[in-house]
Amino acid sequence: MSKELTGSEIVLKTLQDNGVEVIFGYPGGAVLPIYDTLFGQNSIRHILVRQEAGAVHAAEGYSRSSGKVGVVLVTSGPGATNIVTGLTDALMDSIPLVCITGQVPTHLIGSDAFQECDTTGITRPCTKHNYLVKDVNKLSSTIHEAFKIAKNGRPGPVVVDIPKDIQFAKGNYESLEDSKIKNHRVYKPQMTGDEKKIEEALHAIASAKKPIFYVGGGCINSGSSTSELLLKFIRLTGFPVTMTLMGLGAFPAGDKQSLGMLGMHGMYESNLAMHDCDVMINLGARFDDRVTGRLDAFSPNSIKIHIDIDSSSINKNVKVDIPIIGDMETVLKQMLKIWKNKNLSVNKISIDDWWKKIEKWKEIDCLKYTLSDEIIKPQYAIERLYELTRDRDTIITTEVGQHQMWAAQFYKFEKPKKWLTSGGLGTMGYGFPAAIGAQVANPESLVVDIAGESSVLMNIQEMSTAVQHKLPVKIFIINNEYMGMVRQWQELLHEGRYSESYMDSLPDFVKLAESFGAVGLRATKPKEVDDVIKEMISTDRTVIADIVVDKNENCFPMIQSGSAHNEMVLNKNQKQDEDSAKKGKILV
Amino acid sequence: MNTNKSVYDAPKQVSKSERHILTILVDNEPGVLARVVGMFSGRGYNIESLNVAEVSLNEHLSRITIVTEGTKEIIDQICNQLMRIVPVHSVNDLTEEGSSVEAEVALVLIIDESSAKKEIFRICDIYRARKIENENDNIIFEIAGTSERINSFIKDISEVGKIEIVRSGPVAISSKITKKDEE
Ligand SMILES: Cc1ncc(C[n+]2csc(CCOP(=O)(O)OP(=O)(O)O)c2C)c(N)n1
Ligand SMILES: [Mg+2]
Repeated sequence: MSKELTGSEIVLKTLQDNGVEVIFGYPGGAVLPIYDTLFGQNSIRHILVRQEAGAVHAAEGYSRSSGKVGVVLVTSGPGATNIVTGLTDALMDSIPLVCITGQVPTHLIGSDAFQECDTTGITRPCTKHNYLVKDVNKLSSTIHEAFKIAKNGRPGPVVVDIPKDIQFAKGNYESLEDSKIKNHRVYKPQMTGDEKKIEEALHAIASAKKPIFYVGGGCINSGSSTSELLLKFIRLTGFPVTMTLMGLGAFPAGDKQSLGMLGMHGMYESNLAMHDCDVMINLGARFDDRVTGRLDAFSPNSIKIHIDIDSSSINKNVKVDIPIIGDMETVLKQMLKIWKNKNLSVNKISIDDWWKKIEKWKEIDCLKYTLSDEIIKPQYAIERLYELTRDRDTIITTEVGQHQMWAAQFYKFEKPKKWLTSGGLGTMGYGFPAAIGAQVANPESLVVDIAGESSVLMNIQEMSTAVQHKLPVKIFIINNEYMGMVRQWQELLHEGRYSESYMDSLPDFVKLAESFGAVGLRATKPKEVDDVIKEMISTDRTVIADIVVDKNENCFPMIQSGSAHNEMVLNKNQKQDEDSAKKGKILV
Repeated sequence: MNTNKSVYDAPKQVSKSERHILTILVDNEPGVLARVVGMFSGRGYNIESLNVAEVSLNEHLSRITIVTEGTKEIIDQICNQLMRIVPVHSVNDLTEEGSSVEAEVALVLIIDESSAKKEIFRICDIYRARKIENENDNIIFEIAGTSERINSFIKDISEVGKIEIVRSGPVAISSKITKKDEE
């Protein structure tokens, strides 16, 4: 490695070495040398976004739909601060990203130079790890390491902050191979699960009478065969399966063992089964408060098995009986092997009885809503979208709010990586740029952002990005003229005082689409919905479909804050228990 | 204190809150202390005292000693959260592991306004505090030992003169070689 390269050349070469094909970015003073290196080369495609927040969410969408690391390139100061929300989002939802930020020259650091900010300081709590590179000779090994850390173990975002003088300086390039051999740092997540614990878990599974699988995002983030292994193991048992918002798609929604989503707006049968079960098998989920509801009444009589790659997720919110730390794909392989070797089988008669009980809960039909001929029900719009797109290769992203929950309830996912939603952070404005990223990674797929009219305005500038790059992304707006989820909480908890939740002065979304050079469509009557969806699908351009829906619809069923799984309310007429309501009001 | 960090109360208090000494072996690189301290403040845990110094020059490793308080569940969570930090090599809960030795150093400036030198030196003798400076009425002593011993020294000596104290906070070591360090 005698030939010296500039820092910028090293950045590009390191990215190539790590198999990067696409960067989402926005230039500025402190990254000009890197942009200069990108100029006129063809190996890496640069997608120019219109605001840095869009770049991170696009990289998240790219990563989640492809399984690759998403890469972002932004300038110092405001460029760096604009990515903070996206980094936090990626950290919460365990998305592997490498974000390169420009920094003022080394000798100016600390002088409040123009567009200086303490990027590593600001991003420390919202990244898995971050670096400030002060030596050009360490640049390549640092970026290699950043990729390794982003994708191994529990994935997450990594920031590499590079001062401008380092981008110009000449130094040595260390290839990925060389840096592997040196293995300069101990970052070795535990992949294999403890055999003894696995055996213990399998015995609990074999003797379970009322079991449930509780499947989370870890099953999607782990290796590509995880879903297959999961299906195989779950089929062996015949047990019911419920999935978290992040876990949707890990197990096929149409399978007869699937009970659908659980949690705050999950299925009645899932939540009751969680409450009543005797063995709970948590696979890569983290007992999030949206899932557990009130903890002192959370699944009170079950043996809890928890498999997770992050030891800090275990016993954090809920004390478990059989913890297994390891990578989901690896542990599932171990489980299948031991199950077979030990010739284990399940307690068939009890399981049949358990299913009978579950079938009774299913009869409640918790997602039922009243159709109308006059006004489009938001649930109806999403159901039709599902029916008309289910036979294609479709990727759904969402914004945050009621539409997100309806999408989770009414769109059925058979495969992983087709459902991209901001779970942990609940970031409005996530869905559209994420759809752009997903479309870049999957040019042949139909990519639809199921959006709220309020959320989509948060990153609407990315219309320009989609049009420039000829990305035929569809924005399917469930337009209720309200921050619907906020309005719903105000109705339930604040006696209907709709403080600042009405979205006044909305743009005409059809004209807005057209002004960006995209296509705008609108449906205001139920009978128009199918035609609009069909036209949206058949248009090979960026489309906004403005679906004008019932403003007053609420999202049910619901475990209100402060309530337990078995206190789920099914509709407006059921009131939350007063004591739980009082306690719940102060919660998020 | 809650036994967990969920937005919901935990079912029951599982164990009682106790003082724990954690030692954390880290890469000695910029920002590593901020990562560790930031984890504590960001997640609402308490640091009673903190100590850090390089322990292996050629490998650039530092050892951080932190005294904190919490139930067993909280301490486990703290240790697990610390292990998520990339430059953290190992975390040991010395209180949990038992058979550890701890010590801290205090420098105590005593201003002898009431001409009680004899009494001051008597107390210092009992505690084996070492005189390191003596200028007119200002005497500086150094004392090392467990925190309790230093506490009672300070209590006794403050009855004789006006004092100013600086304390290092405890450092601790296990009397067994920890597995992780052997590697
Ligand atoms: C960036 C951000 N700000 C505020 C919130 C709080 N919030 C959650 S849902 C919501 C309303 C979303 O409205 P809309 O996009 O129209 O969706 P709807 O609920 O009407 O379907 C708000 C304000 C959030 N999640 N993210
Ligand atoms: Mg809305």
